[in-house]
Amino acid sequence: MSASALKPGALGEVTSAKRLHYLNWSYTVRDWLLTLDHKRIAILYLVSISVMFALGGWAAAMIRIELTSPHGHILENDTYNKIFTMHGVLMVFFFLVPSIPATLGNFVLPLMLGARDLAFPKLNLLSWYFYMAGAALTLYAIISGGVDTGWTFYTPYSSVYSNSNVVLALVGIFLAGFSSIFTGINFIVTIHKMRAPGLTWFRLPLFVWATYAVSVVIVLGTPVVAITLLLVVAERLWNIGIFNPVLGGDPILFQHLFWFYSHPAVYIMILPSFGVISEVIACFSRKRVFGYSFVAFSSLAIGVFGFLVWGHHMFITGQSMYTGIVFSVLSFLVAIPSAIKVFNWTATVYKGTVWFTAPMLYAMGFIGLFTVGGLTGLFLASLAVDVHLNQTYFVVAHFHYVMVGGAMMGYFAGLHFWWPKITGRMYPEFWAKLAAGITFIGFNLTFFPQFIVGYLGMPRRYHNYPSEFQVWHIMSSAGASVLAVGVLIPGIYFLYSLKYGPRAGSNPWGASGLEWMTQSPPIKDNFDEPPVVTWEAYNYEDEVVEETVRDQAAGLEVQRELIGHTPPVTDESKRTDTRPGIPRNE
Amino acid sequence: MNFPIWPEQASTFATEVDNIAYVLIGLTIFFTVAVMLALMFFAIRYRRGAKVDRSNPVHTSHTLELAWSVPPLIIALGVFAWSVVPYASVYNPPKDADEVYVIGKRWMWHLQHADTGIRENNELHIPINRATKLTIISQDVIHGFYVPEFRVKRDAIPGYYNTCWFQPTKVGKYFLFCTEYCGTNHSQMGGWVYVMSAADYAQWEKQKGRKSGSFEAKATTPADEGEALFRQYGCGNCHTATDTARAPSLVGLYGKERTFTDGSKVPADRNYLRKAIIMPENTLLKGYGTVTRMPSYKDLSEDDINQLIAYIQSLGAVTSAPKVATTDTTSAATPSSRGAQPTRNLP
Repeated sequence: MSASALKPGALGEVTSAKRLHYLNWSYTVRDWLLTLDHKRIAILYLVSISVMFALGGWAAAMIRIELTSPHGHILENDTYNKIFTMHGVLMVFFFLVPSIPATLGNFVLPLMLGARDLAFPKLNLLSWYFYMAGAALTLYAIISGGVDTGWTFYTPYSSVYSNSNVVLALVGIFLAGFSSIFTGINFIVTIHKMRAPGLTWFRLPLFVWATYAVSVVIVLGTPVVAITLLLVVAERLWNIGIFNPVLGGDPILFQHLFWFYSHPAVYIMILPSFGVISEVIACFSRKRVFGYSFVAFSSLAIGVFGFLVWGHHMFITGQSMYTGIVFSVLSFLVAIPSAIKVFNWTATVYKGTVWFTAPMLYAMGFIGLFTVGGLTGLFLASLAVDVHLNQTYFVVAHFHYVMVGGAMMGYFAGLHFWWPKITGRMYPEFWAKLAAGITFIGFNLTFFPQFIVGYLGMPRRYHNYPSEFQVWHIMSSAGASVLAVGVLIPGIYFLYSLKYGPRAGSNPWGASGLEWMTQSPPIKDNFDEPPVVTWEAYNYEDEVVEETVRDQAAGLEVQRELIGHTPPVTDESKRTDTRPGIPRNE
Repeated sequence: MNFPIWPEQASTFATEVDNIAYVLIGLTIFFTVAVMLALMFFAIRYRRGAKVDRSNPVHTSHTLELAWSVPPLIIALGVFAWSVVPYASVYNPPKDADEVYVIGKRWMWHLQHADTGIRENNELHIPINRATKLTIISQDVIHGFYVPEFRVKRDAIPGYYNTCWFQPTKVGKYFLFCTEYCGTNHSQMGGWVYVMSAADYAQWEKQKGRKSGSFEAKATTPADEGEALFRQYGCGNCHTATDTARAPSLVGLYGKERTFTDGSKVPADRNYLRKAIIMPENTLLKGYGTVTRMPSYKDLSEDDINQLIAYIQSLGAVTSAPKVATTDTTSAATPSSRGAQPTRNLP
């Protein structure tokens, strides 16, 4: 199997101590920008969403600085409105929605399935270009004057009254929406058609199940919001009465259409994290995920129920009382599959062999924060309580617990988990654990006070507020600076690891997924030989399987040595000796 | 610096809402602590290297799955059912509630007491222990009327009247916020709600009533103002004391079922009347429109429309026997006996 993966023309390089992989077979800009390799596209996405995350984070910092004073001393009213809109738009549409699917999903999904690539590589590349075009338009809208509608674009403010670059931003988001649709279609087809021999549906890693549910939601939901945003554009540009009551439109119609997508979008953001957490918890507990089928089907249940709860955003708009009641009970029901997941993850740890790595710490942090985020969602599903809390900081705190405590922690867990696979390098583990701890603490310091100030009645999107609330805002801003440190540290050590990190080996965690059975970083075609699966997912306790995985991975190491590359033995042997199930290099 | 942790309970809703919230807080703490403790305990006990019994690990258990999904489901449904009760009551204001018209506009709240006609901006004075019903609309974008101490919030939507009500239980001065983002000065749109004792409120009403001449204190009732508008726009040219071929009479109209040319029916409530005034072409009644069609009065302000609807309401609801209008408007004492049609405009 040794040379089968090598490009014939590249043999010369091999002797100069380099095993070819997807990163180093070519360095030209053209081979990056026109690549059809899902792994390179994932890297393109990773870089792009990191930039958007940084910009969105900068806006968040501005917001928190501004809110230390109750009188809005630093920013003008319009500037503040543009800043929080920028924060929301960039974080939701350009970071959270694509974060896990387009980067981690793009990278590991074909590997997990034992496939060579996604089903439609060109569509995959096109999706990145749509994303970039959308991002460019939206950033241009922000730089050339800004958008001040809030990320929700409520009409008739957005369609008639706002004097900012609404149309440009909407078109940008429209394009980004199509980028997720392309990714969703690609994933669905890939999961259906490109699983390795023997990889039946119920042998799939739960990350694949979660990704599948997300893809279905994306494909069904995103077109609705895309059309809705175009309708806003039409009303704004051509005065076609759709949402503007003066022209006979209905402003609430927009909210129905918008939340029909944007509530499922919450699940688009959180479901992939569920998948990541299942992988990480199983791997670092050395145990199969408890209640595999319950966790798998709860993803689908969340996907289905997610489409039936949008009306809970509108309990105070004066919609029919009966509508409110139906949406409320459905919102309570959607809590159950989420609870099932949390309980199953916890049960997975029982009688496991727990290894406290950085991804595991992020995953445990995720479980805690997501539990709080989910339970505080019940306050907002409760009709009478929602009347009080809707549009206050309680909502802000709740969805940050779900989106940041959930989706972002899950993303970080996944990034730390698969970073060795993606880059072939280890990051400094001490710093990673420290960052996980700081992020967890900083997050709670930032957003917990917002629950209290929200219940006190502090409305969202206010930068002039009664001084009674100031103490909570100062606590929140102080916490945000801790959170910022926690998020910045990984940025530093990830970059550091690219050059100075010790080589990872093909399976540094001793994990069981197919993605760990190819080298790190993977070769361009993913696998030397298409894998054949004869075991269940997460078969950590099965000695035979573990040996198979180990042998296959060890084979790669041998192969690497044959080719002439010698990993820094001191580093690796030190590390591998202390970890169970690690392929030995010797 | 103040250090508030819980808002005052200043209305009958506040206690109902808070009781549900207390239970939810309890559930949140219980489940979070339970999950985190279990997770930490298992993780530490079964950490790598620990010599503990790991034999017979369980990987799936339907009993366990049921045990941890059915009780939360029952609890969730219980909380749901409980929270429906106060929410439903928001939709059903008491019959004797004092009505206040609320108009949201960028960036202020304009309020008018329906009984006295007293107008206020960004301030609302109400008596304690009296139900107050708000009839809320916006004249531009969506706003949200929110008084945290009452736990009451309702969106002010352009083109559509919303209602809600509350009964204050504590004398005091409370925040009034706009909670739907409405543009530049959103965070400065708001003011105060003053809950006053009955005596103080009577005093305040009297004082406001005396300050005649100022915009805020026109002591005429909305129905009176509506009648003036009715004359000013010559509505009586077509809408006479009885139905004619040109137009239906407005006497006894309020609440009556209307049948449109396409056969659909709606009761003549505030929302219908508003639409019928500003977009009459969309509410063409069966049997009308052949002789003449009503022009659109879409340039009327929301405030004017409030007054006109108050006038139409004063002409009698469908439940009370409509009295045919007299020409004497000044002597009208009760709404149902109020004079309706100025004779000079009769065709």
